[in-house]
Amino acid sequence: MSFLPYAVAVWIVGVGLYGIVTSRDLVHLVICLSVMQSASYLVLLSIGYVKDASAPVFADVPLGTRAVDPVVQALTLTDVVVGTTVTALLLALSVQAHKRYGTLDPRRLRPGRATRRHG
Amino acid sequence: MSDRVRLTVFGVSLAGLLALLVWGLAGLPDFGDFQGAYGQLLNRVAVPERSTTDVVTAVNFDYRGFDTLGEEFILFAAVIGVASILRTLRGERIRRPDDDAAGRHVPETSLLVRVTGLGLVAPTILVGIYIVAHGHQTPGGGFQGGVILATALLLIYLSADYMTMRAVGPTWLIELAEGLGAAGFALIGVGGLVFGSAFFENFLGKGTPGELPSAGTIPLSNTAVGLAVTGGFVFMLSEFLQQALTHRRVHHHRRGGARRAS
Repeated sequence: MSFLPYAVAVWIVGVGLYGIVTSRDLVHLVICLSVMQSASYLVLLSIGYVKDASAPVFADVPLGTRAVDPVVQALTLTDVVVGTTVTALLLALSVQAHKRYGTLDPRRLRPGRATRRHG
Repeated sequence: MSDRVRLTVFGVSLAGLLALLVWGLAGLPDFGDFQGAYGQLLNRVAVPERSTTDVVTAVNFDYRGFDTLGEEFILFAAVIGVASILRTLRGERIRRPDDDAAGRHVPETSLLVRVTGLGLVAPTILVGIYIVAHGHQTPGGGFQGGVILATALLLIYLSADYMTMRAVGPTWLIELAEGLGAAGFALIGVGGLVFGSAFFENFLGKGTPGELPSAGTIPLSNTAVGLAVTGGFVFMLSEFLQQALTHRRVHHHRRGGARRAS
């Protein structure tokens, strides 16, 4: 059973990647990428988990209480921020791709199909 | 390549990738049995050393504050990236905000949405400030609170309209918040060099754990990051809104189905 959280992360990577490969819409593709990336949050948090321990916040539990690892939690925050920025940039690119090609379907985004761009 | 071939190739490589992942992850410590010395050490020393009751915040804004500066500037770079990708292109003009996406009828905002949305603005701001201000005590901080604060402006868009949102959060104010926040956070790091001995050294008095003004520079860093994140998110969201509402191409597409404004 102790492998279960990691197995879930592997599964999330799998479904995210499947979604990306079969995607017919750039917005859907970007969301699939965020799904895939969320596997890394799960892996990080699972690594730092300590059985029967509390959160690494000692506001209402006495100091010295067994707590989970705070470092991987801090890394997860960084991970979330990076995920958000990647999503934002890719969505911005999708907006421009739609303007240029008139479609969001990745299979129809071919250089030859570009409409003349005025800028 | 046909879809079938493509999926077969993908299926084989996916199976390989997942097998590698399982193999790699199997080498990790068993779930719930992590013996990370660094984290456990921090759990013991962060409260007495830094007067923060939230060790995660102590890690983010003190022990590895330098990394968080990088993280903050990743966000900053992304904001600049979104702004330059979504700039007004030649051949586009800005017009009165109006959602005229093809085939979509936009209904009038109902009174219920208006009242609920506007009613939620003040509590959202309050919660956002609370999360930013108490980052060193309970889960939260500048990143989380900043995102909450940014949604307050979206609520104004939802319950009023785009122009009202721009009036409440004009571009200069958003850019000021973003710039001041990012620069302020970097300056706090430099302060560690000037008043202490290392970049991002916590050079202020630590106070008593659990009190609001405590933990030295950590609440200041959280405030700076909160400002920057609020500014950055509002900026990105309004860039996307502008694309949907005010940017129109003057010329028609040669191809593609989307209806273009005149």
